[in-house]
Amino acid sequence: MSAPVSPRVLRALLPPLSLAALLIAIFWLQPRTMSYFGLNLLLNLAVPIALATIAQMFILCVNELDLSIGAFVSLVACITATWLHDAPLLGVLALAGLVAAYAGLGALIHLRNLPSIVVTLGMSFVWLGLAVLVLPTPGGAAPDYIRSLMTLKPPIVPFPIIASVVLALAVHVLLMRSAWGTVLRGAGGNPQALARAGWSILRIKMTMFALAGFFGVLSGMALVGLTTSADANIALRYTLLSIAGVILGGGEFVGGRVSPIGAVIGAVTLALAGSFLSFLRLNPDWQIGAQGAILILVLALRVLISRGEVRR
Amino acid sequence: MADDATPVVRLDGVEKSFGAVHALTGVTLALAPGQCLGLVGHNGAGKSTLMNVLSGNLAPDAGRIEVGGTDLTRGYAPHVALAHGVRCVYQEGSLCPNLTVAENARISHKAISGPGWRRRARALIGGRLDEIFPGHGISSDDIVGDLSIARRQMVEIARAFAETDTPARVVILDEPTSSLDSVAAGKLLAHVRRHVEGGGACVLISHLLGEILDTADRIAVMRDGGVVALDAATAFDRGKLVAAMGSVAEAAPRETAQTAAIRDHAPVVVEASPPGPDSLALTAHRGEVVGLAGLSGQGQTELLVQIFDHRPGTVVDGEVAMVAGDRQSDGVFPLWSIAENIAIGSLRQFLSGPLLDHGRARAFAEEWRGRIGIRTPDIGNPILSLSGGNQQKALFARALGSTAAIIAMDDPMRGVDVGTKQEVYAMIRAETAKGRTFLWYTTEMDELVHCDHVYVFREGAIVADLARAEMTEERVLHASFREDA
Repeated sequence: MSAPVSPRVLRALLPPLSLAALLIAIFWLQPRTMSYFGLNLLLNLAVPIALATIAQMFILCVNELDLSIGAFVSLVACITATWLHDAPLLGVLALAGLVAAYAGLGALIHLRNLPSIVVTLGMSFVWLGLAVLVLPTPGGAAPDYIRSLMTLKPPIVPFPIIASVVLALAVHVLLMRSAWGTVLRGAGGNPQALARAGWSILRIKMTMFALAGFFGVLSGMALVGLTTSADANIALRYTLLSIAGVILGGGEFVGGRVSPIGAVIGAVTLALAGSFLSFLRLNPDWQIGAQGAILILVLALRVLISRGEVRR
Repeated sequence: MADDATPVVRLDGVEKSFGAVHALTGVTLALAPGQCLGLVGHNGAGKSTLMNVLSGNLAPDAGRIEVGGTDLTRGYAPHVALAHGVRCVYQEGSLCPNLTVAENARISHKAISGPGWRRRARALIGGRLDEIFPGHGISSDDIVGDLSIARRQMVEIARAFAETDTPARVVILDEPTSSLDSVAAGKLLAHVRRHVEGGGACVLISHLLGEILDTADRIAVMRDGGVVALDAATAFDRGKLVAAMGSVAEAAPRETAQTAAIRDHAPVVVEASPPGPDSLALTAHRGEVVGLAGLSGQGQTELLVQIFDHRPGTVVDGEVAMVAGDRQSDGVFPLWSIAENIAIGSLRQFLSGPLLDHGRARAFAEEWRGRIGIRTPDIGNPILSLSGGNQQKALFARALGSTAAIIAMDDPMRGVDVGTKQEVYAMIRAETAKGRTFLWYTTEMDELVHCDHVYVFREGAIVADLARAEMTEERVLHASFREDA
């Protein structure tokens, strides 16, 4: 234990440090963002991404992968901008039905022992098709209460920051601190041990998928609150952003090793990376590639740290 | 023995089969409070299956399970077993590596919940660890994945003995000392005695006979899925246990003269030694069937892989083909057809230019289906449509169909029915006559009779080198167990 900082701590610090580095770079490039208004603008769209990332995190926690979350968030956005606005009861029922559908997917994947990648890839087309049916052309309107929540201007600290912190802490307490969350995470670490201790893996999987569905619904609603209208393709890129966000935040694809705080930080980092590249006046054609490069850089750092851990 | 006390657990005529394999053939066993039952038997004797039935993980096909005098056979499951105080420490470990020690305690103790659960879980597991393994050096906030195997085992043991709302009436320990050092093992066995003297009951499964003889009050010996001997521990000694574990059938030393001749004249094709300390070296001559014996997991598979890889330090004269024992994880391609599963071993034979000639591959598979007798209407069917034994035949066909001169077999007969076994034994004989060499890791004593030469493995080393003429079951068993244990 001669190292001043243990690799575990270093690895936990990597997500907040990458976020801080990115923020400093942005402030340096564009000092005007260092204001209430600037931060609000900068971080606005991070909120729905963070919610979708949390949804993805629940799925990854039980060693599955959700390739449909982007299409799902789009569908929720379409329902929010139409039914929830025009006929709130129908809208609420539809959204509750979507959460139930997610729980059902969890059951299907577990009972039939299907690869979740295949099931969710298939479902992504179903969600997209439903979104087009609900809202064939871009439009609709955000319900007023969502709109006013998302454009809230609390004193001193901008709303997106408060929302991100509340989200991270709430999910942290739920999944990482509570006795119930411990069992849910255990199912990712060693499902057989859970079954032997008398827990139902089926129920755990359904719970995790339902939680993912719930946060996916919140993500779609938040998105419409910001954009005021919806479109069937509005959140397709969330699928990859959410996976990248979880991994960037220190999560692993298997083994139930996830971190809600890290996931939110990862999502915010990815959202900021886009702005950072714009401030660099990078040609938009190159932006996605550059975003990927940032991701590779952070992950490479993590691999280096993990290597150090193994060597000791 | 006088059965005046109600037994905590009574198994009555418990049977369990996996396909054609009878893992348990009517086991009747009672466990009294204040008693430690030792359970011994060779690999595949049914010990682990029996314990999985008792802990509710496997439903028996027939028989009754009584806990504390109540018949619980219907709907017996892990949570029922736990609620009645039946705990189990599994051989392969049942902790979640991503959780802390305290969090793992919570997983198996449902009563720990609500506010302050973390503090109570820490106190529960920490207290037990201190009691059983003083000076253990484990913090209840350590992540299990960071702990050494020995410490994980300690956590798992402490967790099984910990008590919340349900008492630990029966604690089943399946090879609990296999990853502990002798000091920790001594502490555990002392705790087992304290536990039974306090009125609890224990089932201790171990390959270390000394441990069983010292700790258990009664000993049950299992063989071929049944209990063949059951008596007070004082009635047994090491020799009697070994004798009870082995089957009486004497290895018929057929063709002894001929096998000796192979050793004398045929060239050596394999020379390798496992990395374990003081290990003897393995040599295989052309046309020989060399058996790798011993308890399971003593380094046999590792040596086969070493030979397969032609690693430096091993002499391997010729190509090696491997027959996997664990069909599901390293044998079959589950989504492919039978034909594809057979042909994959010799794809180079079917090349025409850079492309594969699927017609030839299929004809090849068709030919092997006939030769090895795979029972299927159509070789294009998915491999998983076959029974376990027939899947294994397909894997044999894959290896035998290749051009390899050396066939390494990694305990391939696990879960294979008797009929198939006989066919495969005959085929192995026929292939050796053509000059092929077989390296055969087997955990089944009966199969060693088919080997010309046997090497016994223990703890990663070869500890005995037995020619066919000197090979007896007793010798193999004696070499498999450490003398001092």
